[in-house]
Amino acid sequence: MFDILIIGAGVIGTFIARELAKYDAKILVLEKENDVGNVTSMANSAIVHSGYDPVPGTLKAKFNVLGNALYKQTCEELDVKFINCGSLTVATEEKHLEILNDLIKRAQENNVPVQLLSKEEAHKMEPNLNDNVIAALYCKTAGIVDPFNLVVHAMENAIDNGVNLALNEEVIDIKKIENGYRVITKNNEYETKIVINASGINGDKISDLVTTHHFDINPRKGEYYVLDHFDNNYLNMTIFPLPSEKGKGILMTPTSSHNYLVGPSSEFVDDKDDLSTDTLTLRQVKEQASLIMKDIPFNMTIRTFAGNRPTPSTHDFVIEKVNDSFINAVGIESPGLVSAPAIGKYIADELVQTIHTFKKKENYNPKVKKYVHMLDLSLEERQKMIKKNPKYGHIICRCEFVSEQEVLDVLNRSCPPHSIKAMKKRVRVGFGRCQGGSCQPIIANILASHYGINMLDVNYDELNTEVVKFETKGGANHE
Amino acid sequence: MNSYNVVIVGGGSAGLAAAKKCYDLGIKKIVIMEKDAYLGGILNQCIHNGFGLHEFKEQLSGPEYAYRFIEMLKDTDVEIKLNTTVTEITKDKHVIYTNEEEGYQEIEAKTIIFALGCFERNAGAIQLPGDRPIGVFSAGTAQKYLNIDGYLVGKRVFILGSGDIGLIMARRMTLEGAKVLGVAEIMPYSNGLNRNIVQCLNDFNIPLYLSHTVTNVIGKEKLERIELSKVDEHFTPIKGSEQYFDVDVLLLSIGLTPVTDLLTKLGIAIHPRTKGPIVNEHNETSVKGVFVAGNGLHVHDLVDFVSNEARLASQGAYAYLNNRLHYGNEVIKTEAKAGIGYVVPQIINYLNVKDKVTLKFRATKPFKNADIIIKADDEIIKKVYKMNLIPSEMENIEISRELFNENTKVISVEVKER
Amino acid sequence: MEKELICIVCPRGCHLTIDDDMNVKGNFCPRGKQYAINEVTCPKRMLTSTVKIISSSIKRLPVITSEEIEKSKMFDVMNAINKVTVKAPVKMHQIIIKNVENTGVDIIATREVLK
Repeated sequence: MFDILIIGAGVIGTFIARELAKYDAKILVLEKENDVGNVTSMANSAIVHSGYDPVPGTLKAKFNVLGNALYKQTCEELDVKFINCGSLTVATEEKHLEILNDLIKRAQENNVPVQLLSKEEAHKMEPNLNDNVIAALYCKTAGIVDPFNLVVHAMENAIDNGVNLALNEEVIDIKKIENGYRVITKNNEYETKIVINASGINGDKISDLVTTHHFDINPRKGEYYVLDHFDNNYLNMTIFPLPSEKGKGILMTPTSSHNYLVGPSSEFVDDKDDLSTDTLTLRQVKEQASLIMKDIPFNMTIRTFAGNRPTPSTHDFVIEKVNDSFINAVGIESPGLVSAPAIGKYIADELVQTIHTFKKKENYNPKVKKYVHMLDLSLEERQKMIKKNPKYGHIICRCEFVSEQEVLDVLNRSCPPHSIKAMKKRVRVGFGRCQGGSCQPIIANILASHYGINMLDVNYDELNTEVVKFETKGGANHE
Repeated sequence: MNSYNVVIVGGGSAGLAAAKKCYDLGIKKIVIMEKDAYLGGILNQCIHNGFGLHEFKEQLSGPEYAYRFIEMLKDTDVEIKLNTTVTEITKDKHVIYTNEEEGYQEIEAKTIIFALGCFERNAGAIQLPGDRPIGVFSAGTAQKYLNIDGYLVGKRVFILGSGDIGLIMARRMTLEGAKVLGVAEIMPYSNGLNRNIVQCLNDFNIPLYLSHTVTNVIGKEKLERIELSKVDEHFTPIKGSEQYFDVDVLLLSIGLTPVTDLLTKLGIAIHPRTKGPIVNEHNETSVKGVFVAGNGLHVHDLVDFVSNEARLASQGAYAYLNNRLHYGNEVIKTEAKAGIGYVVPQIINYLNVKDKVTLKFRATKPFKNADIIIKADDEIIKKVYKMNLIPSEMENIEISRELFNENTKVISVEVKER
Repeated sequence: MEKELICIVCPRGCHLTIDDDMNVKGNFCPRGKQYAINEVTCPKRMLTSTVKIISSSIKRLPVITSEEIEKSKMFDVMNAINKVTVKAPVKMHQIIIKNVENTGVDIIATREVLK
């Protein structure tokens, strides 16, 4: 029997696991996907919001501000790229100035430092702002993060501290038993004293299995453009339009990997798995973004994608103890990414402790073993690494200059990738301008050889998403 | 620091021809840096025949074409570094490269010839609408899986874009047991060579849908079907024209883009149409002593022209090494006018033109019974009749140096239908 | 009756016409004429594919027919090609299948594989 079972290995589930790993408890994380951080945590703006805009007094406001303060240290411990670049929220019409002033008041209530910039000051900070920007709110505490590594490394850190992870385990039922619950997946059953529901977009369904206290989580789709690296100085900060009831609006931001993101649109959809993009929506995203930035080089687009925000009908994060064996941590839409470290701490250190006082472990280590990022090292340091291991000198992703050994390294970590996409999320192979066109066959071969499987069994993403389906010349096939 | 007279970045068709020419010109200390384990680049996966008609007066397969050049380099002192990737070029032409044996090294290059080739445009570049399932591949990636690794990516195939790689793959996959349901081209004409329409599509009764495009990709995890729509003259899909095809593979053959990341970091300007660097008559970029050839300069349809272009860059490197290149402010600009998409080179320094300069360009749309008119400023200096002029075929026209002079400002190319 | 063809002999892709008396028009070179005549009597094609190769750093060896084969025999020849496994080393243009499917044409390697 587990002490604690966490459903969902998105950014919330993994951070809860990481914080709980401090305690002497038997913990299991169940994830329905073939990798951690594979749904909402993977398809968002990757912004560490400052916290000026959530309504004061809400959980969103509380955890955003607390989370933001934790980010620098958390990302150092987890060896994740985090850039405290700041953000500008821009006004393009006279009538917006009043809203900016309201936002300043809100920021003050939320305890977030902000500064109102004149037109000249704003344009001096970001010369590529659209000329019609007449004022801006500067938040110096905002930042950007690598959301893929964030989740993987948080999970890895939890695993290194004794937490168990089971992938491809979709929860289909939860039954009350004495002292806890029996959690039933398609393949297995697990008994646990405490269930923590961090199942993201499906959080309402999981909660409904246990309680009649109902809320809805509605998928609200956002479509984005990803632009290739073209000029590291085109934009240094995240640029937001004024927020509306539809959210923070269509923004443009650099990413921690020196790409640029433009988006997201905001539209409720019926299907939680609907990640399709459409021409009309993307055209609108383009038009909206062009109101705040000038000359966005959309010809540098290397990918378009969509993500679904898990928007709760309660209008706030659902973080609650339902009973002494069940905790909800769902409906974590924006600003969820920034809030995750604080939500993890709150649930582990406060909420769970009200159910059972777990002892702290003595050998808990908040840090992951350092990763090698060849490009971040000096030539001398790289040379040393290659002397020790020559494959650091062999580049297999030409667009992003990723070495073969960096790929092999992650296969030997405690939260390794099992698919092409999981590899892409960890080391950026296939994230560049050719989108894996050149390196995908190489990565497929590496995965096959590492796991001792046939090429025909290498998945792109989920189980049963094989990349190649038939071997020629009378070889095996997948049917 | 190790020093080379010529560092050739890329050992595909352009790099090989450049190396051979440099060697023939008597240049010492030449090195080729190739990222893969073998020379030949993309030719190795282009196992179909049809290469080399101009170069060798016979039809070779891609690997055979590469082999000819590899053989020529065998007994030379041209140094070849395989599994070696160039990661950076500095403004003073230091080349930083890495491989397993040497690690990261910085060397000095007196001249550099970039022969980096191109990459395939993908779903993101055209904002392909719909789901994101496995099963959507660029044609070249599927070609690598098939011809190098021996795997088919699926058995029911639709191809978007009528570029040559897509057409070639239609035939290859058919021969290996797949069913190709059709090829769609958004333009009202094909973007591949006519011969490939005949021997890759018609031979196997594969329909070509001109003025059509894929308007929806359907399938959450795996590709299940695609929606094909007819487009109007503005390329807007026509409502009501939708057809559906149940497929497990959608191949994209929607164009190629030169690899220029190392060049742009040097501040070299990129031409908006070719997407390659702006070069002069010797394929030299705005950084003196840095030359470009092949698909890394502009995308070709015939490898023979890649080899020619590489030799031109080598001649440039040779002239540069011997201080024989002139750099003046007074340069002649080339201009693509009516009916022409681009002209390479973009700049001509008259003093560097020995006997002739070859203009390379593409038409913007198909023309029949048309004259290509070359003008030096306002004067017509050459007229070439074309029964058929199509965008998928790059044109080469030689202009001898007597036809213009150092006072010429602009050499322009245009098409006029008769 | 005149038949319209596109020549595939070279990338030029001439638009040809051929009538019942084998008069060819539109060809730029003599090979175009021969192509047109073949195309209406017995169309032929070069065939390229790969065969399985073992003891090698690569998994597939590219091959080609030594001459054109009848178009109608392409899939029969593919069947024969699909059954062959060769062992490295292989020389350039080494014969892989002699007189494939009794066409009088060989299947030959188009890549040198040392190991």
